[in-house]
Amino acid sequence: MQSVFHKNRIITLLKEQGIVIAFIVLISSIALVSDTFLTTENMLLVLRQVSIIGIMAIAMTYVIIGGNFDLSVGSLLSLTTVLMVDLHDKVGPLGAIIIVLIVGLTIGCINGLLIGFYSLNSLIVTLGMLPVLQGITLIYSGGKNVIIQNPEATWFSIFGRGFILGIPVPVIIFLGMALIFGIVLTKTIYGRKLFAVGGNQIASMFAGIRSKSVIFSTFLISSFATSIAGIIMASRVMSSQNNIGQGYELTVIAAVILGGTSLLGGSGSIFKTVIGVLIIGFVNNGLIMLGFPYYTQWLVTWVIIISAVWIDLSSKRGHVFA
Amino acid sequence: MKNAVQNSVQPSEVPIKQSPKVLNPILEFLKEQPVWIVVVGCLIFFSFLSPHFLTVQNLTNILLQSSIIGFMAIGMTYIMINGNIDLSVGATMALAAVLVIGLQPFGLVFAIVISLLAGMAVGALNGWFVTKVGINAFVVTLGAMIGVRGLVFVYTGEQSLVGENFTFADLGASYIGPLPLIVVIFLVTVFLGEWVLRNTPHGRNAFAVGGNYEAAVNAGIKVKKHILINFIVIGFAAALAGIVLASRMNAATPTLGMEYELWVITAVVLGGTKLTGGYGSVLRTFGGILIIGILRNGMNLLNVQAYYVLLIMGLILITVVFIDKRFGKVK
Repeated sequence: MQSVFHKNRIITLLKEQGIVIAFIVLISSIALVSDTFLTTENMLLVLRQVSIIGIMAIAMTYVIIGGNFDLSVGSLLSLTTVLMVDLHDKVGPLGAIIIVLIVGLTIGCINGLLIGFYSLNSLIVTLGMLPVLQGITLIYSGGKNVIIQNPEATWFSIFGRGFILGIPVPVIIFLGMALIFGIVLTKTIYGRKLFAVGGNQIASMFAGIRSKSVIFSTFLISSFATSIAGIIMASRVMSSQNNIGQGYELTVIAAVILGGTSLLGGSGSIFKTVIGVLIIGFVNNGLIMLGFPYYTQWLVTWVIIISAVWIDLSSKRGHVFA
Repeated sequence: MKNAVQNSVQPSEVPIKQSPKVLNPILEFLKEQPVWIVVVGCLIFFSFLSPHFLTVQNLTNILLQSSIIGFMAIGMTYIMINGNIDLSVGATMALAAVLVIGLQPFGLVFAIVISLLAGMAVGALNGWFVTKVGINAFVVTLGAMIGVRGLVFVYTGEQSLVGENFTFADLGASYIGPLPLIVVIFLVTVFLGEWVLRNTPHGRNAFAVGGNYEAAVNAGIKVKKHILINFIVIGFAAALAGIVLASRMNAATPTLGMEYELWVITAVVLGGTKLTGGYGSVLRTFGGILIIGILRNGMNLLNVQAYYVLLIMGLILITVVFIDKRFGKVK
């Protein structure tokens, strides 16, 4: 009896925290092969690298829990980074940050309006928004690279390059935002409403939740987070190409999927998304440490995504194949 | 000039003859396929603005340019009628393109066969994950989109490949009568795609699976086999597009076809196919492909910067779904 109980507990633990266990196994196995992998410096390096994707991914978790997608985040990252870098020398850092946030929130409003209030398919709307934002970025910059003339002399460099108590500022912003997003999702009325809307929008409407506003808000949050990511990116690179965020939406969604958030909406967790982001970051870093060219990480990402979802599905339905 | 406009939309009017019962076939046809109004509108718009637009040479060119996206969009129509989606077509296309150039030393036929098989293998793998493992098609093909691109980079080692075999390049530039070979293959594929969708059990099953999955299973349709076949078909179509593109350039770069999935899905959605499945037509997709082709070509002729083309295409996609949602239910 005792052993059965014990076995059940292990299975439940595997089901609930499978991704965390996979993460620990992954870290340990890379650490066994490479001595430089498990050093504080390398850990902080990886954290700093993933912070931009991470900030976008925790906001994307909200969008996906609401039952939608936002494919426009990569293009929005390009737009906000280019705007930030270009406006930095023209209107000063603070003015540029405000303009970037306003632009980002406006894009979020448009997405949210079309998807939330007009009930259009999020996949198509944000798929359309992707080239629109790419076009706007290119028209704005005229196709030229933008640059901050004197990157050493501006306080703006703190967002991407600064350290507080030895910890990179982007990492602090990422983990701070993850903490807030996590608390809002699990401990507030808004979070409960979001799960309800994503689980069953019609039922949530009957329950008196303004589901359209909730969906609207997720897109606002997503583009706000992407603008923050753009500001950090701008501060880190100090000069930007027009396609700097191209393809980021895929990595971001991949991280959220790795974290076990259901694409149908109604379930998900910020903590697991952070783990998903870290897995992608550490795999990429580990592969490069082991001497593989950077593009092998795409193959590995493919394998990881499919196997993570496969394991998740088989543990839920109790057998391997559908 | 007016005559020429009518000539250019001639292919679209062919299926009217299949329904002699309706009183006013042209009106009925347009009501059912509003995408053609936009096509004709675009044709008229650009022929007024550019003197070089409405020539046989340029219209053939549009068909030639559209064929690459077109092949994939035909396959995507089946996938989307099933209620699935395939994001990996651009990467699969690149895989076929680099293989067909890279394997040329082993013989042209061998290279073409292997790259077609590779495309079908990617499709089969996606289909297997969707049907046998039961993973959402969006996740499966998102993974494949990233992973197959990785394969392309591993195969090429980040290098562009240039073909040595000029027979292959000639193949892409050859003509059958007045039309380029590629355009002929493309038009045949369009009508074959529409015919299979309308007149065969496979086509009927496509609508059944997309309309109501459970009901299709209960009706005894081999749903999994059906979906698997559609994924193999789109893999084949993507490979064909890759071979055609490689043959036109006699070269292939590993970044080929990035964001093509976007244009393919746009073409299918412009054609009125629903993402939720159960509704769609290859002929309407053809209209969507032509809209994208005409807009790109026309704006090029008008010296519009490529940036604005991106902007306008995105806006059109959003506007079309908006109009469809607001006014589509009146029917």
